[in-house]
Amino acid sequence: MTNAETDELEIDLFVETLRRRHGYDFSHYARASLKRRVLALASACGCTGVADLIPRVVREAALLPTVLSHLSVPVTEMFRDPVVFRAIRERIVPILDSYPRPNIWQAGCATGEEVYSLAILLQEEGLLHKTQIYATDINDAALAFAEEGVFSAKSIHEYADNYVKAGGKAALSDYFHMKYELGRIDEALRSRMVFAHHNLVSDGVFCEVQMVICRNVLIYFDRKLQDRVLSLFLASLTRGGILCVGTRENMSLAEAGHHFLALDNELRLFKKMGEYDGRVLSSGK
Amino acid sequence: MVACFQAASDGSSQSSRLRAIVMGCSAGGIDALRIILAGLPTDFVLPIVIVSHIAASVKSLLPEILTVVCKIPVLEAMERCPVEPGHVYVAPPSYHLLIEPDRTFALSVDNKVCNVRPAIDLLFYSAADLYGDGLIGVVLTGANNDGSSGLIAIKRAGGLTVAQDPETAVARTMPEAAIATGCVDVVLPLTAIAGFLVSAGSFPRNKDIA
Repeated sequence: MTNAETDELEIDLFVETLRRRHGYDFSHYARASLKRRVLALASACGCTGVADLIPRVVREAALLPTVLSHLSVPVTEMFRDPVVFRAIRERIVPILDSYPRPNIWQAGCATGEEVYSLAILLQEEGLLHKTQIYATDINDAALAFAEEGVFSAKSIHEYADNYVKAGGKAALSDYFHMKYELGRIDEALRSRMVFAHHNLVSDGVFCEVQMVICRNVLIYFDRKLQDRVLSLFLASLTRGGILCVGTRENMSLAEAGHHFLALDNELRLFKKMGEYDGRVLSSGK
Repeated sequence: MVACFQAASDGSSQSSRLRAIVMGCSAGGIDALRIILAGLPTDFVLPIVIVSHIAASVKSLLPEILTVVCKIPVLEAMERCPVEPGHVYVAPPSYHLLIEPDRTFALSVDNKVCNVRPAIDLLFYSAADLYGDGLIGVVLTGANNDGSSGLIAIKRAGGLTVAQDPETAVARTMPEAAIATGCVDVVLPLTAIAGFLVSAGSFPRNKDIA
């Protein structure tokens, strides 16, 4: 066996152990990135290799949050790809505004930067007061951070440029209560949000939504799981509902992807087409 | 899978063991890439996958810039699409580019590596896992040390490693860092790299080199 092959074997065994011990199934995650994350986890746990991690996953229940934090690395920023947020502001907000009580689901919210960006945008467009935002993730540590809504002054300062490019109407710092080197997000923004644990691999529809934002999450999933999650979005979205994914995401190979019409292909803004039978596909084994 | 790969893996063709080329560049990289790609013939079959450190933007102009000088198609790598022979692929801005075990492209927005995204190292690690001794890794001009540990991974997997001669580089830090790892098989002036890649199919490459 080559080194790469023994690595593969160890990662397979780790994934199977995690699934059977804790019910989290990473077998449909894209392999190359998963490998890096599992190796980083092993290293962070002081293990010399992935094989050494396996008995610890079996015996140390308290290790689970650490495992999930490493396997779903939260990397996000406010108003990432400002042109996308500008398009949401100019072209999607009027659609959302046509609903009396729009619901928005951000799937894979990580530490919350993006969902707060969205809330700021909706506030400026006068929609936030009637909107309910659901922000979900499998990483409870990241969710707790997101719910706290406290960011470093340095990062808020760095996001200011994106905010302006995204068509921001005030100053980004207006939405934070700054104290020392930290900024806490305005309570009014948070009041329209619910943060919740939800696993795209195994959990189902939890409400009807008018828009799903899920950017750069499905890139970590294999095609089967991508298809499963897109079907979950279809089943959750209202007729004509909006889906926003990352600007380099390829849905063209997914069966469920064919139910979406591109409103803007470059920015990856889609609209659900027609009726959907509500079937959520299984990613299976 | 693509016929060319099957021919390559059954050991019958001249370039029996070479299956892909990965390249990384940073400062001064676009001009270096233009020179290398302009030197490849129309029938150059090995897929070339490139990470170039470029500024973040939604649309990448690099494929268009390179297509002008290159006789084989230059595309931005699209996630989930297969690595096809006879193509040059470049990483999209702001995403790490990796190759999956099923020879399709994958993207990630994981933390920066060597302070950059896309990182050369991540492409090289994943390609080394997949192609093993069928891979050539090339580190070109650049002002940081991205690519060095990737080259080590390629070398360990049995692949062939190349660095641009720092004397011919706009920024010499990156090829120098690569050479300093002791894992570089061949150091070549910029103008010799295309010719080397063309003849590499018949290169008597073995683990006993270097």
